Amino acid sequence: MRATPLSSTLHGRVRFHKRLLRAEPSFRLLAKLWRISWLYVLLICALAGVGYVTLYSAGGGTPYPFAAPQAIRFAVGLVIMITVAMLPPRILVLAAGPLYGLSLILLLAVLHAGHVGKGAERWLIIGGMQIQPSEFAKIALVLALAAWFSRVGYARMGNPLWLIPPAAMVLVPVALVLKEPNLGTAVIIGGIGAALFFAAGMRLWQIVLLLLPVPSLIKFAYAHLHDYQRARITTFLHPEDDPLGAGYNIIQSKIALGSGGMWGQGYLHGSQGQLNFLPEKQTDFIFTMIAEEWGFAGAVTILGLLLLVIMGGMAMAIRCRNRFGRLLALGISMNFFFYCLVNLSMVMGAIPVGGVPLPLISYGGSAMLNVMLGFGLLLSTWVHRDSRYGESLTDAQS
Amino acid sequence: MKWRKRENRRLMPIRDQKDPARGVFTRRALLFMAVQAGAMGELARRLYKLQINDGDHYARMAANNRVSKRLLAPPRGRIVDRYGIALASNKENWRALLMPEETTDVSATIERFSAIIPLDERDRSRIGREMRHQRRFVPVMLRDFLSWDEMARIELNAPSLPGVLIDVGTRRVYPEGEMLAHIIGYVAPPNEGDVAGSALLALPGMRVGRAGIEQSQDERLRGNAGSVEMEVNAVGRMMSEINRVEGMPGEEISLTIDRGLQQKVLNHIGDQTASAVVLDCHNGEVLAMVSTPSFDPALFDSGVSHAQWIEWTDNVHTPLINKAVAGVYPPGSTFKPAVAMAALQSGLVSPTNRVFCPGHLDVGGTRFHCWSRWGHGSVDLHGALKYSCDVYFYEVARRIGMDRIAQAAHQMGLGVKLDIELPHTRDGLIPTPAWRQAHHHHWNGGDTIVSGIGQGFIQVTPLQLATYSARIATGRAVEPHLVRAINGELDPRAQAEHWPELGMPQNYLQALRDGMFAVVNEPHGTAPKAQLDLPGMTMAGKTGSAQVRHVSRALRETGHFNSADLPWEYRPHALFICFAPYDAPRYAVSVVIEHGNTGADAAAPLARDIMRDTLLRDPVNHTTPPPENVADASDTLE
Repeated sequence: MRATPLSSTLHGRVRFHKRLLRAEPSFRLLAKLWRISWLYVLLICALAGVGYVTLYSAGGGTPYPFAAPQAIRFAVGLVIMITVAMLPPRILVLAAGPLYGLSLILLLAVLHAGHVGKGAERWLIIGGMQIQPSEFAKIALVLALAAWFSRVGYARMGNPLWLIPPAAMVLVPVALVLKEPNLGTAVIIGGIGAALFFAAGMRLWQIVLLLLPVPSLIKFAYAHLHDYQRARITTFLHPEDDPLGAGYNIIQSKIALGSGGMWGQGYLHGSQGQLNFLPEKQTDFIFTMIAEEWGFAGAVTILGLLLLVIMGGMAMAIRCRNRFGRLLALGISMNFFFYCLVNLSMVMGAIPVGGVPLPLISYGGSAMLNVMLGFGLLLSTWVHRDSRYGESLTDAQS
Repeated sequence: MKWRKRENRRLMPIRDQKDPARGVFTRRALLFMAVQAGAMGELARRLYKLQINDGDHYARMAANNRVSKRLLAPPRGRIVDRYGIALASNKENWRALLMPEETTDVSATIERFSAIIPLDERDRSRIGREMRHQRRFVPVMLRDFLSWDEMARIELNAPSLPGVLIDVGTRRVYPEGEMLAHIIGYVAPPNEGDVAGSALLALPGMRVGRAGIEQSQDERLRGNAGSVEMEVNAVGRMMSEINRVEGMPGEEISLTIDRGLQQKVLNHIGDQTASAVVLDCHNGEVLAMVSTPSFDPALFDSGVSHAQWIEWTDNVHTPLINKAVAGVYPPGSTFKPAVAMAALQSGLVSPTNRVFCPGHLDVGGTRFHCWSRWGHGSVDLHGALKYSCDVYFYEVARRIGMDRIAQAAHQMGLGVKLDIELPHTRDGLIPTPAWRQAHHHHWNGGDTIVSGIGQGFIQVTPLQLATYSARIATGRAVEPHLVRAINGELDPRAQAEHWPELGMPQNYLQALRDGMFAVVNEPHGTAPKAQLDLPGMTMAGKTGSAQVRHVSRALRETGHFNSADLPWEYRPHALFICFAPYDAPRYAVSVVIEHGNTGADAAAPLARDIMRDTLLRDPVNHTTPPPENVADASDTLE
């Protein structure tokens, strides 16, 4: 470490750095790297490692076609994550508006020129890469909402007028994703938005007022569901009615989970996964492979790791000294949580089947890059946790 | 360190006086965390229920998922002759199968296949039928009997033919072809009714016996299906074999037939439309059974064309019918020993009673002619058989009545169902007044009289004639049969002691045998052409010429009546029955030549040739077939 001109004592040096951080100038990159929570990065790497090992099994005991490409994507994702983690809140806020706009453009583009996958996932192919705009839209929305609420401040949120623009920011992507039509992702986007509203300090009376018309809204929504979406709901309620059709995925998934028992059938020895009874075992249903081969013990361990990642993110949000970082970290954590919740509930037959992968573990490039981008943002709030960014703009000091 | 304490307290501020928004955020974020932890806990609880509480249930379902049981087609049993020479066996048959569940577009795959291996209309309609009726995991046969060249073309195009696989099954082969077609029968693909009754028959390549031994012994030949338990993947493709239970191959049926003798009999018959049966007198084993013309049984395995079928069914020589068991003929004079036995048993006629034959018999204003215009003078039983005097038997029949004749004939194997292992046999008929009345007709005295010489309503099969001859020769109620052993285990019927005595007095039987001996061996017998030229061996026989058309008085009185000038289908059938050696009978032969004109000229020499070869080969006293050159050597004796 280079000696500083202002202080030559260790105590003085620490204080100097803290001051630097609070004022948030561009201090040395190395110091920032040091501030990254490497424990958290290790946790992420552990989950990605679980993904690699499971994809190796899904590929029939070989790195191809799943495990090796996924490892490369993770490596690229790590670089993106570390890079994004270096960006200060000032730059993130600057980027929030344009990124949100870009996400809307991509959502519109995918509606008109997208490729439709099984059921409803839509993607664009740009430069040979598949991009799922709805995944990217979630991150952009979190950024945009965090930027908005940090600027508006807590005090002004008492006035509902200040909540109308962010509500529109949530509803526009929700509507576009619904039109794709991708019910699962639309619900997740709405959920993330609601969580951010709540965390930003929405008043309780506002919440009660908002929740009143919800039952009639649900009724209306069900009436406008697509047939395949309704089929998912009915098969979810009665999967045994159609064991080889729409209920097949749920039943096979449950069989694979159940046959795992306590200690599993052994790595590379899960009969249902290895024999292709499991549909989409390398993507959406990868958790069933883990549960079949490693049993309840392994599956609960994965649940614990995922919960640690979520809780870690939430802790980072609480610890953050600036409002933007708090909201950003909470939004990213909620996004990750919703990912896990929807995917796991789906494979356990608790909610209807929808194309939501298990983050970090499922095979797929677009989801992996988006998740890593999110972790980059999360780590950025951690790196800049002591920054007082935005204090002068808000009512924090009043 | 006061500042550090303050700093620490503010890391997670529940209430922050300076920044109330941060306090709200922290509280609400902690609420979220509680919800998240609760949700993950709920997932873990659900996982516990699925994996631990219901684990056994799902593990069982998983086992059902991955284990698939399939039947293995057993090889069809062979049919061999009495020496073990294969008469029906199996040969490899390379087939192209389609697994409907492994291709996305079945009809497109079939189209691409037919561009490589042409499929004709019959193939297509059969494939369509099988696709409709079979379950999706049962493969459908596209084409069988593939050549090496065709297989290479399919393998080359395998990527564009998903679900098409080549496997080897068996096809039925008949090395002797037409020679034994009537006895062996043939196999054909099972029809929908068969498949509904047996899961085994749904397997590709399974065949059902449709005629002959193949039909009558179908259950034994078919065997029992084996099964294989396989670990399969989600689309049903086998990943590994778990357990295999080999099927029981069909049983091997040894026939009583002597293939070499069968060939010789066939050679002797040549291109005549005829039938001949050679029996072992002692136990009823059928050593040879020939019916000409014949057909090629291999044509049925893949399906007979319509044109071929029409050709067979329109042929007046009825190639598809086994004349030995399903051809019925009036026995003519070969019936006379049965009438003689009935007469002796009745007690109304003794062997020495004489009847005067003036060449005709007048009964009730109707004149019944003897075959000899000039008559035979005064004849006793011996002479009547030897000369085949019609008038004697008219008179005897008139005296004893039809019922006694019918009873004796039935006892001797005529007009009754024989226990032969062949389908589609006919029983023939010995008419009685009761039978005639049952059909609302009157039984006339004349009907009895013409029955005395084996004409009228009487109908018998060549096999019945051979049985009749064997029963005269041995006095035992032997039944002809074709199955000698099953999987090497000898049938009890092969023992002579298995067959009961007929209950006919030996001296009566001897009187018949003497008469039949005289027919062949005494001067003025009707069948001198049937004399054997083997040293120390003689045979006894009886001729028969059965009219198929009434001979009008006008024709008869011109004196130029010669049946050989008639068109083929109006000529009399030529018949001959015989047994040999006379002093220790072992073989019985019957010959029927359709429209062969006279038994003495056409049937007797043929029967003699057959009997001569039978005696030379002596199949019942050999366990291995005589080398063919020995038979050739004996031919040079002539």
